[in-house]
Parts: sequence; structure tokens; C-alpha cells
Amino acid sequence: MFRTALRNVLAHKARLMMTALAVLLGVAFVSGTLIFSDSVGSAFRNRMTKSLADVAVSVDSTDGSGKGGKSALDARLADRIRALPGVSSLRASVDGTTIVADKHGNAIGNAWGSLGANYAPGPDGKDSRYPLKEGHAPANSREVALDTKTARHAGAGIGDTVRLATDGPVLTKKLVGIVTTDDPRVTSGGSLALFDTATAQRLFLTPGHFTELVVSAKPGADQARLTRQVQDVLPKEGAEARGGAELAAEQSRAIDAETRAIANTLLVFAGIALFVGIFIIANTFTMLIAQRTRELALLRAVGASRRQVTRSVLVEAGVLGLVASVAGLVLGLGIAVGLRSFLNITGAELPDGPLVVSPGAVLSSLAVGVAVTVLAAWLPSRKAAKIAPVEALSTVDQAPSVRSLRVRNAIGILLTALGVLTMLYVATLKDSGGLVPAMAGSALTMAGVIVLAPLLSRPMVSLAGRVSTRLFGVTGKLAKENALRNPRRTAATASALMIGLTLITGLTVAGTSANEGMDKIAGQDLTADYAVSMATFGGLSPDVAKKVAGTPGVAAAVPIRSVGFQIKGAPALMTGTDVSAIAEVTHLTFTSGSAEGLGSGGVAVSETTAKAHGWKVGDRAELDFYEGGKEHPRIRGIYADNDVVDDAVASTRLASRHISPAKDDKVLIKAAPGRAEGLDKDIKAALGGNPAIKVQDRAQLRREDAGEIDTILNMMYGLLGMAVVIAVVGVVNTLAMSVFERTREIGMLRAIGLARSGVKQMVRLESVVISLFGAALGIGLGIFLAWSSGHLLRSSFPQYSMTVPWDRIGLFVLIAIVVGVLAAVWPARRAARLNTLEAISAQ
Amino acid sequence: MSHPAAYRASHTAYATATAAASATHLSKVYGQGETRVVALDSVSVTFRKAEFTAIMGPSGSGKSTLMHCMAGLDSVSSGSARIGDVELSALKDKHLTQLRRDKVGFIFQAFNLLPTLNAAENITLPMDIAGTKPDPDWLRHVIDTVGLSGRMSHRPAQLSGGQQQRVACARALASRPEIVFADEPTGNLDSRSGAEILSFLRDSVRELGQTIVMVTHDPVAASYADRVIYLADGRIVDELLRPTAEDVLDRMPRPAGHPR
Repeated sequence: MFRTALRNVLAHKARLMMTALAVLLGVAFVSGTLIFSDSVGSAFRNRMTKSLADVAVSVDSTDGSGKGGKSALDARLADRIRALPGVSSLRASVDGTTIVADKHGNAIGNAWGSLGANYAPGPDGKDSRYPLKEGHAPANSREVALDTKTARHAGAGIGDTVRLATDGPVLTKKLVGIVTTDDPRVTSGGSLALFDTATAQRLFLTPGHFTELVVSAKPGADQARLTRQVQDVLPKEGAEARGGAELAAEQSRAIDAETRAIANTLLVFAGIALFVGIFIIANTFTMLIAQRTRELALLRAVGASRRQVTRSVLVEAGVLGLVASVAGLVLGLGIAVGLRSFLNITGAELPDGPLVVSPGAVLSSLAVGVAVTVLAAWLPSRKAAKIAPVEALSTVDQAPSVRSLRVRNAIGILLTALGVLTMLYVATLKDSGGLVPAMAGSALTMAGVIVLAPLLSRPMVSLAGRVSTRLFGVTGKLAKENALRNPRRTAATASALMIGLTLITGLTVAGTSANEGMDKIAGQDLTADYAVSMATFGGLSPDVAKKVAGTPGVAAAVPIRSVGFQIKGAPALMTGTDVSAIAEVTHLTFTSGSAEGLGSGGVAVSETTAKAHGWKVGDRAELDFYEGGKEHPRIRGIYADNDVVDDAVASTRLASRHISPAKDDKVLIKAAPGRAEGLDKDIKAALGGNPAIKVQDRAQLRREDAGEIDTILNMMYGLLGMAVVIAVVGVVNTLAMSVFERTREIGMLRAIGLARSGVKQMVRLESVVISLFGAALGIGLGIFLAWSSGHLLRSSFPQYSMTVPWDRIGLFVLIAIVVGVLAAVWPARRAARLNTLEAISAQ
Repeated sequence: MSHPAAYRASHTAYATATAAASATHLSKVYGQGETRVVALDSVSVTFRKAEFTAIMGPSGSGKSTLMHCMAGLDSVSSGSARIGDVELSALKDKHLTQLRRDKVGFIFQAFNLLPTLNAAENITLPMDIAGTKPDPDWLRHVIDTVGLSGRMSHRPAQLSGGQQQRVACARALASRPEIVFADEPTGNLDSRSGAEILSFLRDSVRELGQTIVMVTHDPVAASYADRVIYLADGRIVDELLRPTAEDVLDRMPRPAGHPR
């Protein structure tokens, strides 16, 4: 039987091609993901091992960070550790955030990767962590060294002046050295500035203190013992010693966890792609078995058991799956290589390293490919086993009996109803606790619609067919009839497309709605023209607000600082601001009381807060600040909830009593009438072109959040694109099968006068009708699921309300039509090229 | 031409000079060199209007090839094939297709109806493809003649073989083609259904003035024709006018290896 199966695979090469392609793409996705994450993980681990190679013990400071902070790691401690037996050298480092300006005064790189540190020369006078490429190490407070990339972005060479900022005013230093680094923060989109140790300490801590001490051991010293010895000399609090091996293991675990998380995310999408492939495989085997009815009956007639027939079909599927999986694996290798280069081009800076092809990745990719193929062929194989031997004797081809869809429809209705009911229930929930029912409901609804698709195909395809008949006449009508002829096959083909489109539509609707919600937040309450904030995580020095206020063209510069407190144990936030000017930058609508009296120690609270605690104007609020202080200010006003300010508003003076160091989160700026245009440049200039300070207009503030959502959406489109591609392969497959089965009909149509172009159009329209059916299901379902799940955001994101981006939905429909036309290219050409005479006499 | 009676041709119509289709030194050669097969060897024949011609001959005699070449389904190696006064060998595929659509009707052995369309839709299919409206009076007449008025909304699967072939006949006649080619139209039918179809074809020639060329190897079928042409080895070897079944059988050429 194995030989029969093998022969069958070879005999139907062309017809199995599309099926193999579907499996191949899915497996390539899986293996590409596995190989990529293995390779990147191993490259990261290699680099980490290299950088930890001579770290015997690392001592970290656990408190006293930030400028003016005193860490437990001081010069005396460093000396004591240096004196321990077994220590060969000690590298004392101090680092913090430093933003380097480019030629235009803008920050280079992302804020969280903008690293500033001390150049810590070892016994040989060089810092092994930052090898010098050019020039010399910074030796005094006027000098700085940059890494190659930062220097390039800054457009600075040795001897040039570099502008940079930590958390204070702009610093101007002379570039004296260029170093290389493999610090992942810097290589993955950050920047690096090196100072001499005294300067770094002044900028990031307090002179004489460090953030980290790295101990190298003498050859032969026991690391664990050395760690204990170091631990013994450390003060009780504020410092922690860890062995190099422990550190390596910890980081290795972190890298593994991270790469696995990425791999798992990608594998979810690979899984979706493979799931889509199942429909195509099942379609193909159903058709092959229908065509081979007589042959299979003959096998049964000559004595093959049902089980042998089933097995022969499954072996055929297995062989196909294996061949396609091996090819997919090869493609996956290419994907892994390509993905790394692609991510590097987009600035990810993944470390180089050999491609790691683990046996696990190979075996699981092959196993998944074969398993999916065999699984998909399982139902068709059972149909094959049911063929009666007597059918071998029938002389004419019997039309395959159309099995009733009644059971299938009943199951479909049940599943869909359960899913829809679950989703309607989810729509009544208000918080993210409904995530599990929402996922279950979505899965159920999708499964239900897939099962119901043959039933739905009749009315929906008829509708599309009516349009195609109106537009294209008889070819449109024939296309509709052909699409309706085999509802199961049409449904399976359309379902494959539906799955991708449901997810794409759902995510698009959710993303657009979230963006709109954010726009509301950014737009509805804010009346300021610009906002100034820190690119790093520190706050703005109070000077900034003063400087901005003094800039010509600025009508109001309102500092905003937040402080946390409790009201009878309930956490809340207070906004400390210039209460006389706050109305310039936000619509603060008082429902009772007013802003008057806030300047003299009063407080205004939001409606929600007032309601929660039963406060009225004139009451005294009991505020318990986190850092210990208490205040009992009189409530002067109650305002409608507002997104610019927090739960309570008070004067800067009141709030600042409980914030240390006293800094502003941001400064909101209202321009004088007619002066808003281009004011940001003046403000920037007034602030000395400090690269660490961001000046954003309203559009930028909005885009900051929207950009993130759009990036995620685009990534999702890319990942779900594979599922759509496989679905397109499925449409091609179905059409090719249809053309093959209807050879004689096409011959007859040609004989009685249908032109080649008409045949092409007929196949093309069938393809478009099927694609549109899948798109309609997917888009409808996607919108429904997005609508019902969207309610889960109501509590945490009250501005969220569903917005259907009709332009994008229209684009998806257009894409579905294009997909239909493209998928039909090859089958339509085949159909049109059929020799009329041979086609008429075909079996 | 709106009334069928106008087609009623006298049966001494051999005098009718105009030919519906004709072949002149028509040859068809397949393959080259050693595999070269001459299917038609310089055949010249005229199919007159309103005449029912049967082409007979053993398998491989070239009778189907002659029909395919005359109907514009197959290309010609040399010589000429004409429908009306259109020379087929000069036409490209697109125009050949148009010619088949507008001037030729087909009846196949295997019915070849579209299973997705009902009987009425199958009958008007050639006109739907052409984008023309059928003449309703004529259409009703044709449908009445084939005797299927009550079954127009049935799909082929709901019709018997004979009924399906009658639908196919109606389809061939509905667009009033210049000539109808029938390829073994009774080959898949029992003798009673076959006789019905053949009577219908003969009637459509006599009463509607239709020109029909039928390929068959059944002498009984051929006896319905006005004229029987015998083909053997790619040549016309004999011709018989107004035959009976016995005549047809008697005149059957019996090449060696093909005992009949």
C-alpha cells in the first residue's frame, strides 16, 4: 500500500503543488522562527559571556542613585575590595543617562539607551570595556569621548565641540576620543558619552561614589569564595555582590526568556498560518479521493481492507507533508537569515553569530508539517474508506452524492450561537477580567462561522453573483453557479481567507478606536499649544518654566508636577501647578466653587474624587502624602474630570512640599495670539538647545501614542500576511481543481462559442466571488469581535469608543478583489488554453 | 423567416445551389515523419442547405476529424473548409470562436449540458454568450418541438438521458445556426430515446429548413438522413441518397480487420 501511496503522490504532482506550497509556507514560518530565535539567543549569550568573561564578582549599588545621591559604593570600599586576596583588579564605574545633541540640537537615539559613564582605565591605563579607536581618553571635566555611532550622528570629530545634557542644563565638551562598545543599550539604538571618573561622579552621583564595582580574580581564585569575601566587606545595606557565574546564569535566563517570548509570539502567527493551510490540504484530498473513487473501489474489490485504504491516503498525505516540510525548512533557514538582516536594517542591531540550527528546531518543524498534513487528510481518508467495492464496476462516473449539510449546520449554529452569546456577555463586562471569556467567545464564534460557511455560501455567493451577472453577463452567472456548485469546497477556501481577515479587521478596528480615544485625551481637554518635557526620566528643573515664560510670544507657561497621596487609604494623584494660569492650558470646568483661593493653600478636586469621599466645597480634605506629610486644605472647587490634571489640583507651593527634589513633569505653553507658529524653535533656543528637553506641539503629543499603535498594527499586518498568502494559495488551488474537474464543460463552452477571454473571465469571477465571500465573513466577524471585546476597555480607557475605519475596510475589500483576480491568473490561463477538442472528450 | 413554414423545403432540394458548408481538397495530417498519420486525404464535399447528411465510417476513418475541421474546432493542414462563404482556415481563434457561436450548432454524444444551469438556461446559453436576445417565438417553437415545455426549470441531473439530449438539440437550434453538427448524438441513448432524437433532427431539416451534419456509425441512425457519406482511410468512398437502414448496411464498406 505504501508504494501505491507514493505513486499517487508522484502521479498528482501538479495538483498537489499548491497544497505542498501551503504546507511549505507554514513550516517555513515555524522553522524560520525557531532558527531565528535560537540564533539570536545564542549570539546574545555569546556576547554576554564575552563581556562577563573577566567578571569574578560584581557589586551593585541598591540605593542612592541620581545626581547628588550617595551610593554605598565609595572609593574607600573600592580600595578595601581591591586589597582582598584573590582580587587582581577592580573596575569602578558610575553611569547615568546622558543625551547627546546632533547638529540641530535634537537628541540622538532613544532616551532609555542614552548612556553616560566614566572612562575607568585599568592598570594598563586603558578601559577594556570601551576600547579606544581614535584620540585619547577624557581626562578632565572639559573632555568627552563618544562611541563611533554617536559621534557620527553628532557629526563630530576629534577636537570638535559636543553638546550634551544629563538632567540639568546643557553641557559643552570637547570630543577627545572615539571608542567602540558592544553595550546592547547603545547598539540597539542608544548613544554613549564617556567622561573622566570625577566628572561622571559629579554628573550622576556624588564625588567619590560609584554605581558598580566589577572585580576580576587572580588566576586560580575560587569565585564563590571571593564573592563571599567581597560580601563580607560590604556595608549591611545599599550594596549587593554577585558572582560572575551567577550573573551569567541570570542574564542567560533573561535572554532565554526574552527570545522565547519573541519566538512564542511569532509561533502563534505561524500556527494561524498552518491552521489556514489545513483547509487547503483537506480540500485537495477531498477532491483527489472523489476523482479516484473507482480506483479506490478497485483496491477494495481486490481485497484491500478499509483500514488499508485509509492508511494509503494518510501515507500519501504524510509523504506530501514530509517533502513540503523539508522544503519549508530550507526556506525557513532563508527566513531566519533574512529576518536578522531586515531587523538590522531597521535599526535593531542584533549581534552577529552563526546560524544555529538545533535538532529540536528541525524535528519540530518537520513534525508539525507532517502532522498538520496528515491531520487535514484524516477526514477525507475516512471518506475514502467508505467507498464500496461495487463502485469499481460502475461504468459511468457517478456524480458524487452530495452529503447532507444538516448535521454540520446544526453544529455550526450551536457553536456560533454559543460564541455570539459569550461575546454579548463580554460586551456587558467592564474590565479586563473578561479577557478569558472574550478569547473563548471569539474562538467559538470563528469556529461556528467556519462550520456554517457552506450554509452561508448560498445566499452570500448568490448576492455577489447577482452583481457579477449584472456586470459581466453570462460569464458572471456561470462563475456564480460554479462557486455554488460545491459549497463545502467554496466554504473551506473562503474560510481560509476569512481567518486572516477576521484578525486583521479586528485589530484594525481596535487600533483605530484606541487611536481615536487617545486623540480625544490629547485633544479635548488640552488647550495648550506646546508641551515641554524631559526626554529622560528625570523631571524638569523649575528654571525651565521661568525661562520659557520669559520667551517672547509665550502667553503662559504653566508648570505641571504630580505627587501621589492617599485619601483614607485610597491612592490618588495631585497636580501642583500655577493655579492662576492653569485655565490657559486646559478647560477646567468647575461644577461648584472655583479656582479662587487655590493660591492661598486651598485645593480643588475632581468630581469623581469628590463623589467618592462625599466632599463638598468648603470641606477640609484629608490628604496623606506618600513621603509622610499630611495636609488638610480647604476644598475650594470641584471640577469635571479632566485629562490634563489629576484627581486634585493645588498650588505648586503646596504640592512641592511633598516632592523631592522639586521638579516639574512638564510645562504646558499657551502662545500669545498669532504667535503659535514656530514658537517651539524659540522655546528650544531659550532653553539653550538642550537635547534632553523635548518641545512638542499638539500633533506630536498625539502622534507619540498613535505611532506606537500604528507600529504594532503594521507588525500584525506583516505577521498575518502569511496567513493571507496561504489563503490565496488555497484559492489558486481550488480554482485549479475546479478547472481540472470541469475540463469537459469548458471544452463545450468553447465549442459553442465562448471566447478564451470569456473562459478566463469566468474563472476570474469565480475567484473574486469566493474571495469576496471570505472577505465579507472575515470583515463582518472582525468588526463584531472588536465591538464586543472593546467593552473590556471601558474602565481603564473610558475615552475608547468603537470607530470603524471604513477607508481601511474598503481597502481590505479591494485587496480581496485583487487577491481574487491574482489567484485566478494561473488557473484562468490554464482553462483558456485548454484544447477545445481534447477538453470535450475528456473524462 | 419568422414563420417556420418558410423553412419548409421541398425535398427535391438538391437543386438548391447554395451550400451551407463545403470542403475542397481538405487534408488533415497529424504528426511528422514516422508517426505521420493522414486523417483526411484531400476530401471534397458540399453540405447543402436544408439537408440532413450522415457521415459514416469505421473508427479511424476520419469522420470525426472531418466534422471537427468543418465545424472550426480543428485546424486544417491543407485545402479549404467553408461555412457559408467564410473560409475557416483564414480565421484566427477569436473569429473562429465567434463563427461557432453565431453560425454553428453542436450536439455531442455526451450531451454536454452545464449541470449548474436549468434546461431553459442551457438552451439560451449560446445567445447569452453572444449577448443577444433569443427570438421568443422561435424559442417557444423549438422548445415545443423537442417536447420539453414542462421541464424548462429542471436541471440536467433531474432529466433523463433522452431529455438531456433533447435540451442539447434545442440549444443547437435555438440560435438558428447555418449548420448543426451532431457527433454520435444517439451514442449514449437507448433505442427509443435515440429514435426520438433522430426524428426530431429529421423534422427540423424538413420543417424548419435546418442544415444538419451528423457523424454516426449506427446504420439505423444514418437511415434518418437525406444523404449518407461513407469515409474510409480519410477519403470519401461512397455516397447514398435517401437511404433505408438496409441500404445503409448493404453499402457499408468492410475493410479487412473491421468485420461488421
